Amino acid sequence: MPGKLKVKIVAGRHLPVMDRASDLTDAFVEVKFGNMTFKTDVYHKSLNPQWNSEWFKFEVDDEDLQDEPLQITVLDHDTYSANDAIGKVYIDIDPLLYSEAATVISGWFPIYDTIHGIRGEINVVVKVDLFNDLNRFRQSSCGVKFFCTTSIPKCYRAVIIHGFVEELVVNEDPEYQWIDRIRTPRASNEARQRLISLMSGELQRKIGLKVLEMRGNAVVGYLQCFDLEGESGLVVRAIGTACTLDKLSSTAAFLPACNSPSKEMKESPLVHPPSHGCRSTHNSPIHTATGSRLTQNFSVSVPTLIYTGMGSGSAGKEGGPFKALLRQQTQSALEQREFPFFTLTAFPPGFLVHVGGVVSARSVKLLDRIHNPDEPETRDAWWAEIRQEIKSHAKALGCHAVVGYSESTSICEEVCILSASGTAAVLNPRFLQDGTVEGCLEQRQEENLPAGCGFCHIPYDELNMPFPAHLTYCYSCRKQKVPDVLFTTIDLPTDATVIGKGCLIQARLCRLKKKAQAEANATAISNLLPFMEYEVHTQLMNKLKLKGMNALFGLRIQITVGENMLMGLASATGVYLTALPTPGGIQIAGKTPNDGSYEQHISHMQKKINDTIAKNKELYEINPPEIPEEIIGSPIPEPRQRSRLLRSQSESSDEVIELDLSHGKKDAFVLEIDDTDAMEDVHSLLTDVPPPSGFYSCNTEIMPGINNWTSEIQMFTSVRVSRLSNINLTNQTLNKNFNDLCENLLKSLYFKLRSMIPCCLCHVNFTVSLPEDELIQVTVTAVAITFDKHQAVQTTKTHVEKSLQRASTDNEELLQFPLELCTDSLGSHPFSPAKEHLESASSNSGIPAAQRATSIDYSSFADRCNSWIELIKLKAQTIRRGSIKTTVSVEKASPLTEGHFRQRSAPACANSTVGVVKMTPLSFIPGAKITKYLGIINMFFIRETTSLREEGGVSGFLHAFIAEVFAMVRAHVAALGGNAVVSYIMKQCVFMENPNKNQAQCLINVSGDAVIFVRESELEIISTQQPIASCQPACGGGEIAT
Amino acid sequence: MTNELDIFVGNTTLIDEDVYRLWLDGYSVSDAVGLRVRSGILEQTGATAGVLQSDTMDHYRTFHMLERLLHTPPKLLHQLVFQIPPSRQALLIERYYAFDEAFVREVLGKKLSKGTKKDLDDISTKTGVTLKSCRRQFDNFKRVFKVVEEMRGSLAGNIQQHFLLSDRLARDYAAVVFFANNRFETGKKKLQYLTFGDLAFCAELMIQNWTPGAVGEQPPDPPPYSQVDDMDVDLDKEFLQDLKELKVLVADKDLLDLHKSLVCTALRGKLSVFPEMEANFKNLSRGLVNIASKLTHTKDVRDLFVDLVEKFIEPCRSDRWPLNDVRLFLNQYSASVHSLDGFRHQALWDRYMVTLRSCLLRMYHD
Repeated sequence: MPGKLKVKIVAGRHLPVMDRASDLTDAFVEVKFGNMTFKTDVYHKSLNPQWNSEWFKFEVDDEDLQDEPLQITVLDHDTYSANDAIGKVYIDIDPLLYSEAATVISGWFPIYDTIHGIRGEINVVVKVDLFNDLNRFRQSSCGVKFFCTTSIPKCYRAVIIHGFVEELVVNEDPEYQWIDRIRTPRASNEARQRLISLMSGELQRKIGLKVLEMRGNAVVGYLQCFDLEGESGLVVRAIGTACTLDKLSSTAAFLPACNSPSKEMKESPLVHPPSHGCRSTHNSPIHTATGSRLTQNFSVSVPTLIYTGMGSGSAGKEGGPFKALLRQQTQSALEQREFPFFTLTAFPPGFLVHVGGVVSARSVKLLDRIHNPDEPETRDAWWAEIRQEIKSHAKALGCHAVVGYSESTSICEEVCILSASGTAAVLNPRFLQDGTVEGCLEQRQEENLPAGCGFCHIPYDELNMPFPAHLTYCYSCRKQKVPDVLFTTIDLPTDATVIGKGCLIQARLCRLKKKAQAEANATAISNLLPFMEYEVHTQLMNKLKLKGMNALFGLRIQITVGENMLMGLASATGVYLTALPTPGGIQIAGKTPNDGSYEQHISHMQKKINDTIAKNKELYEINPPEIPEEIIGSPIPEPRQRSRLLRSQSESSDEVIELDLSHGKKDAFVLEIDDTDAMEDVHSLLTDVPPPSGFYSCNTEIMPGINNWTSEIQMFTSVRVSRLSNINLTNQTLNKNFNDLCENLLKSLYFKLRSMIPCCLCHVNFTVSLPEDELIQVTVTAVAITFDKHQAVQTTKTHVEKSLQRASTDNEELLQFPLELCTDSLGSHPFSPAKEHLESASSNSGIPAAQRATSIDYSSFADRCNSWIELIKLKAQTIRRGSIKTTVSVEKASPLTEGHFRQRSAPACANSTVGVVKMTPLSFIPGAKITKYLGIINMFFIRETTSLREEGGVSGFLHAFIAEVFAMVRAHVAALGGNAVVSYIMKQCVFMENPNKNQAQCLINVSGDAVIFVRESELEIISTQQPIASCQPACGGGEIAT
Repeated sequence: MTNELDIFVGNTTLIDEDVYRLWLDGYSVSDAVGLRVRSGILEQTGATAGVLQSDTMDHYRTFHMLERLLHTPPKLLHQLVFQIPPSRQALLIERYYAFDEAFVREVLGKKLSKGTKKDLDDISTKTGVTLKSCRRQFDNFKRVFKVVEEMRGSLAGNIQQHFLLSDRLARDYAAVVFFANNRFETGKKKLQYLTFGDLAFCAELMIQNWTPGAVGEQPPDPPPYSQVDDMDVDLDKEFLQDLKELKVLVADKDLLDLHKSLVCTALRGKLSVFPEMEANFKNLSRGLVNIASKLTHTKDVRDLFVDLVEKFIEPCRSDRWPLNDVRLFLNQYSASVHSLDGFRHQALWDRYMVTLRSCLLRMYHD
């Protein structure tokens, strides 16, 4: 009997009138948990009843505590007929089960009815008394913390990042059971809501068990999704990253982050009891050919493109041995895991060593009824297959891990596309649970500290590249090879140096497909997929070049399947990475060179494109410094030749995109216009309008190049459903329609939020679905954050950047003085309030300065030792060090900007009143510090109406529903004692309408982390202590080097 | 390709003041879009008409949803669905309850029962205020009236408490409720020159001095029926009854002559219109006193303003009395009564005349 749940019903307010005669209500409340029910007295004739009930006590297993939601039903008492339900409140009591989170849930909850929406509010108090239970065979996992945030939560420190956890549970969908024919829509909706609530509780508990088995204590980047498979059932699946987290107290002494895992951690990481899906612990990596498949159901595999940009590369021969060693270590750490995947998108400094590129896999499946819900093997096997494929792709890129990993599905009738994607990467083993850590300590001294450019360096072997690409030497350190373009699914690493600002880049694509049944349909879809992937990739590449940028972060490609079409939508944030080469332009070539007017047209287009590129460079402030002579003529003169060579290889493999050899050092893209299709493509390139001035947008956490956030934030969801005119649908018109839809939506957002200028739309998240034949639904959730346009900050920044540039060219020299540099960086700690702020608010080049200074690239070190030229350069080193010092001193100036920031945010918070709950898809709140995580919010709602017209049509209906969902999320957070939701995400918004019957239904699933934040201006006192804790991971690195 | 559904929901509800104004003014979405286009917003922001249409629709939908809450403003403060900063909430409420001068002059003093659609139609045509806006304003009056009608305590205070209006607006509503309850006639042609401000000023004074609620400041002796009667909404019946006693001022010829001579002596040489005053004194005094003595009849209460204009303001105006002379006259006229030894109702006279004098002065303009 390990837990006692106590519930008290205090009062209600704003209840609806249930008795027309008296215009009043006789309300009472049923409190249900598991199969126990309590009732309050009836409070007669009031719309604001005061029940003030006794404490209702439920004595339950902690397993039930995790699975079951507390169900509160408000009813109207009726002497003669059945009592009428007013509405319900489901309360997830999970947050009360961890020791550090909330201790009590108390507050006003909206009373929700699936037919009428919110009908008044009820004040409830909930407490849990947990008894410690040391039963080893327990099925519960109380105490494991869950975070939606895809980075290490702000007030924690990652001791060990264990790795991937996943689970799925299946059930029959109540909506499709026979009983649904005789019960009311309300009963059916409630059955569904309750079932999903139960299933997600169970899922979370099972994941928690896995985490405990891995000896972790938390799941970060927890992503739970529902697949409404219709007839064949309901799947709830979740993935996440198991971690061992340590809470940072503000006085925490700074421990090196790398302190090695305790002895017990050396046990193999995954020992699952057979009851949980049984994965063998030491399965060797399987290099399955992508074609072979265990198809117990019909399934089609889709040849997968590997997006790395065109880039690929390798450790030069010189760095070989060290890199190999590193690889071995990581490999041994990771290969024991079945799937070395991480759902994180931002990492502790030093965690990410190299990034290979985006890996993705898709598979088309035919759904059939899940016969035994207790053995969801089919779905498990499907995902296992996909993950295996991802793993082998990563391997092909010379990487042993996949970061920024996510999974999704798209279902239409009985066809389902499973997708998984992530970024292949080489990780630093010191954060991973790894027995070999200590043994290799010495080597790691040199290797585990990547410079600001380190993650761009290719992890794969140059001579054995997985795909055609062309490489150059890193523009920062000049030592390692980098690809010309880099695509990733993660956030921009905090230590990356960028020039200018980033921007949202989207590729949009539609393909018609014939209506077909079952296998024929699946085959048709899987035939189309590779073409779509290819085109999406091409579009992204073109748009990136057009922006004058060279890397994509946060790439998310969504392929949606409908009855008669497929839609592809890729969103990413483009940036200019200093480490990568300047992108070449785009060249247009006509196929019929004889035609004079045609030529003219082409050259006209070319001019337009060139103008656009120039304009974009100006807009996004991309002005890469001229590379000084000395460097161009520096030690390794051959890069250009080599990349030429590579390019000539790639030439043959591309039909549309060719690398222009004749174009000299600026490698230009050639777009051949051989038909109207291609013409359309070029046109569509040019139709994307940049956001109005004062606006920026990105789909990553923070906007590269903006660091001076102010505290005003506005999270919003916007939904559009468009009907396509059925006549003469071609791919082109479809594409245009879809493009317009997205562009107009963006324009609307800019217009709506114009009062916030200057501001940035962050974490712009588009979701496309095809609810019916001619309907396209686009859902966008994002947050607008204001920033201070004050130039002072900008100028300091560019100063820092410039000196960084210089510093980075001198990086090689730094290596000679690790000790000295470390003291330098330690010396800068007194100024780290600014650093802390910047780190949390934006990744700007301000931070990397220190990190870069302390960091050492082992392979360039190796390079140098091998090269006699270096010996000469060593002598010049003393002079160069001067420039490093200036870097640091520029950084010292930033507390001023910090002070400035505080001044700005102070008046804003004076206005804020009690009860305001902020919501944001980001993991932080600008101008504030998160002091406590209260638990995960994971809510599922269904709303249905049979009086659609009366509720203002589809727009009125959905508008009200989304507003209500926000309200319910806020109410739950407030009841937990929180004042914000971070990492908020609307995972599903399924909308169905039947205007002829005047009906509509919508399902929404949202999640996020409830937190308490404190404004920085109120933190003044604490902040003097805080930097010690916050800069500690960075120092950890320095410590090793010493 | 048409948008079937197009919504934007912010965690903090976006309120566009300009669109709110258009909505309150009763413009349809398309009219509002047209007006916004003409305001030059497209050029300023580089938006397209489509964007403007979608934005306007969105705001209208939000306002429509908020309207239900605006009917009971305290609910707007406590509801959980729309997260709106307090300053914005106050703005929403204040603007929703604001009314047009032209409109209020049409309905002031009328019964706030079912404002027939036809009546509002006519008012709309006459005033140029859209029917929708007329309906909102009329419904606001009716709603406020219904809530505070039966309430004890300060009228403006009650309104402020239940509708969270600013002080100024609450007092205006108090005037509207007071006029509606007493059904004062304000629509006659000769009353058209009076602004709502004039009438609200009078109403406020009357509420302060002529209702049972005012008794608190007056000598005690609370009338037994004040328990049943509303404190601020109705005129003090006992006071009206007592006003009959003033009749002696004009009925008793000696008293009238004495009063006249006192006033004339005091004002001789001070008024530019002295001869006219002297000639008209008896008429004017009869007018003012008769108005007082007739106030027991509901019909005469309704005609109070008509009578004031006919019996006092028009005669003075036809003789071209300057405002200052009117003031001097009224001051002297009410003060001299204290010197009339045979007159015993000094307190009653003051309660009547202090208010009446201020009202007349306010009403005395072109």
